[in-house]
Order: sequence, then C-alpha cells, then structure tokens
Amino acid sequence: MHADLAFRKSCENVVADKNPPMVVAYQGPMHAKLAVSRITKSYVTDKGLLPVIGGIDFGVGDGEFVAIVGPSGCGKTTLMNIIAGFDRPDEGQVLVDGVPRDGPNAKGIVISQQGSVFPWLTVQRNMMFGLSGDGDNEALADHYLELVGLKGFEKSYPHELSGGMLKRVELARALVVKPDILYMDEPLSALDALTNLRMRTELLRILAKERHTVLLITHDVEEALHMADRVLVLSSRPTMIQARFEVPYPHPRKLSSPELQTLKESILRELGL
Amino acid sequence: MDKLKKLLPPLAVVVLLVAVWWIVVVESESVIFPTPWQVATGTYELIEQGTLWGHIGASLFRVGTGFFLAISIGVPLGLLMGWVAGAFTTINPIVQILRPISPIAWIPLSILWFGVGDVSPIFLIFLSSVFPIVVQTTAGVHTIERQYLRAAENFGVKRLKLFLQVVIPAVLPQIIIGMRVSLGVAWLVVVAAEMIALRSGLGYLIIDSRNAGNRYDLVIAGMVIIGLTGLLLDGSMRRLERLKMVRWKYAR
Repeated sequence: MHADLAFRKSCENVVADKNPPMVVAYQGPMHAKLAVSRITKSYVTDKGLLPVIGGIDFGVGDGEFVAIVGPSGCGKTTLMNIIAGFDRPDEGQVLVDGVPRDGPNAKGIVISQQGSVFPWLTVQRNMMFGLSGDGDNEALADHYLELVGLKGFEKSYPHELSGGMLKRVELARALVVKPDILYMDEPLSALDALTNLRMRTELLRILAKERHTVLLITHDVEEALHMADRVLVLSSRPTMIQARFEVPYPHPRKLSSPELQTLKESILRELGL
Repeated sequence: MDKLKKLLPPLAVVVLLVAVWWIVVVESESVIFPTPWQVATGTYELIEQGTLWGHIGASLFRVGTGFFLAISIGVPLGLLMGWVAGAFTTINPIVQILRPISPIAWIPLSILWFGVGDVSPIFLIFLSSVFPIVVQTTAGVHTIERQYLRAAENFGVKRLKLFLQVVIPAVLPQIIIGMRVSLGVAWLVVVAAEMIALRSGLGYLIIDSRNAGNRYDLVIAGMVIIGLTGLLLDGSMRRLERLKMVRWKYAR
C-alpha cells in the first residue's frame, strides 16, 4: 500500500517534470486545491446588519482557472478578501489543500485592481521583495521579468512604467514566489481596452507555462470566457452562486465563435441583461 | 537659457521693489531709514570686520542642531504614533496642546532652565520644529495605502522587513515634507531664539544693531541675509524631493 502510493507519487513527479503542464479540472471538494464551503458574511452598518455574502460553496481544482462574475457591488471583493485570508467569514470556511485557511500567506498571491507594486522600489527590488535570503534571487527575479517581457526594466521605478507594464511587474512578482494559487480581483479592469486584451493573451501564455490554479473575479464576462475553465455567476447582495458554466474550449479561444457567443448570452441573461 | 527665462520675472519683481524702496526713502528724506545702498555698504562693513560669517555660522549651528534634534526625536515619535494606535491616543493630545504655544512663550522658562548660552536658542528652535515633523510623519503612516500593507502581508514578510521596506519608504515623502516645514519654522524662529543669545547669530545682530546705535542698515542687512539663507536651506531640502525613491508621491 505504502510502496504503491510512493510509486505513484514519483510517477507524478516525473510527469510533472518532463511533460508540458496538463490542465486537469478536478471537481468536488475532495480533490479541490481550494474549497470554499458555506461562507456567509454580514457587515454592521448604521442601518443595522447588512448581509453581503449569503452562503457560497465551490471548489477549484489543481491547475484549474475559475472565474467569478457578478454585478458591481455584489460583494465580489469581500468574497475575495475572505478567500485570500484578509477577512474572516461569519460562517463557513476556506480550505486550501484541505487545510482551513488562517490568514494570508505566500502560497496564494492576490493581484488586485489598484495594483500593489511598491512605487519606492525599483522593478527588480519589487520582484525580490517576497523572496527570502537563500538562492540567487536576482537571477530568479530576472527570469520572471523576462517571462512577462520586461527584460531591461530591472532598474526602472514603477512611475516610469505604463499601466500595462505595471500589471506585468505585479504578475511577475507574484509568480516569482511560486504560489499555488493566484487570486485576481479585477486585475485588468483599470487598463484600457486594448491593453486589457493584450494582457489576457499574455496571462494565458504564462499560465500555459507555469500551470497555476487561478481564481479570477471580474465584472467582464468576455474576460472570464476568454480565460477561464469554469465561470460562476453571482447574484446581487446578499450574494450566492446563481449559475455555473463550464467553458470546455481549448485555447486560444475566439470570442466571436458561436459557442462562446451563446455562453456569453446565457451568462448575461443570468446577470439580468 | 530656459532657466534664465524662468529667473527673469522674479528678478524683475525684486529690482522693482528695491527701486520703490529707494525712491520712497529719498523722497521722504528719512534720516533713520536706510536706502538699499546704505544696506549694501553696511553689509560690506560687516564682511570687512569679519563678523558676518560668524553670525551666519552661529545661527546655522543653532538651527542645525535644533533641527537635527527635532528630526531624530520627531520622526521615530511620529512613526510610533502612526503605527501604534495606543501611542496615538496617549501622546497626540499632549502634542496638540503643546503645538500652538509660541516658542517665544518658552523664553522665560528656557532661560530659567538653560541660562543664556547656546542651549536656550537650540531648545527653542527644537521646540518650534519638532511638532511639524511629528504631525506630518504620523499623518504619513495613517495614509499609507492599504494595498501596499496587504501585499507585504501576502508575501509573509517579517515585521522588521515590513517596517524597513514598506512603512518607512511609504512615509518618506511625507517625512521630507515635514522636514521642509520644520526647517522653515526653525529658521523662522532664529531671531526670536537669538534674542537671548550671547553676542552671536543673525538674530543677535539685528537686536544689537537696533539697541547699540540705531543701525537700521544693519537691521535690514540681517533681515535680507536671513531671507536669502532661508531660501538656500529650502532649496537644499527641495533637492531631497527629487530622489527617485520618493518622487512617486509628488509626481501626481
């Protein structure tokens, strides 16, 4: 029994090392990388208790890309804060690899709309911020900068870069600590339409190389359909999962394809449009 | 060439003011109020005697020392008050009570405690310049944008690293503004502080010129030198704002 397990484990390692990343979407909480279970959250306001999250349940498999879309103000960011460990739910729990989450850690890095690249550090120092002492941090930082196409900007300061470039730095800074999960909270919403589109393609290219589990929160249905394996639609406040859609199409996807257009319309209908 | 173009309008204003001053003094036939020329010759006289540099040096020394003390106490205190909520609620009221008291009001106590040597003016300069830096630093910590603290927390960095690589650099632009204000105030009170000084300093020069023989040319010379030195000091502080690691705050 033991030997069998060990054998399988070593096989998996070999597979993971030699082959290009395989995207396998597990279902159900048993195998989930991330399991969100029966989460509720209310805020105390002047007018009394304001229920924001009304019970949310879902799992994200290892290497899966799940997008959550919902109307603005429905509590998406609250949900993300809870999942990433910055906030506590009133009820329910978040399990990462089966272990209840207790505060944020570097195994799951948040990329948010506002951006959090430190403006007082050079690009390279930003990249090395999350890395601890041992190993050649500079080489590692440079490798990921090259991956996002920012080689040559190591010594630049963030205010010398454009919005799209800043997003790349933020993504690279997250990837360099090799997180299991990327939490993206409207990461591309502050970008102009063209840069947004370009960044999606970039993101997919990098994810194909690095194989991360991704949870994306967005209000942009096309963005979700462009990248995700699965789309969850949230209701308005107190928010619950109103519908789930599989997006079983290979990349690169054409948003104008009939299947995706139909999916888009169904999702928009769920959102009341 | 561009610099010259920028410099021309303010220079014209100065020339105009000096001209008006000169004309008014000549026309009113004042016997006591000096013309710009008399101020210039008075200044030259001080240079000839070799006392001018001594006065400037003495003032700079006192302001420098008081300012340095204010920074070395004010910055840590401001960081503490900004970072630790308990420290803020405990210390802020007393800061707010002491802050509006003019340094001039402290002169009697200062003489009582420190006598009339160098310590008294330094103490007064310290008192006047410590509060701006404390207030600005505290406000700086309070307004650190949350996403930066979150990112640091997300990467799981140690407290020391959080403080050295996130909190302090995030507040640094505000600290520099606080330092500029502080140094300005410190230089502003130099005359008041040196009213109790012994035989040196620009403040002493002004008071002494008035008391010993109504030398108003030297009074005005002292004033002009204080103004020009203040301009130079502020200019040197402004240079700090151009550092790349703080420019992000001012660029917007």
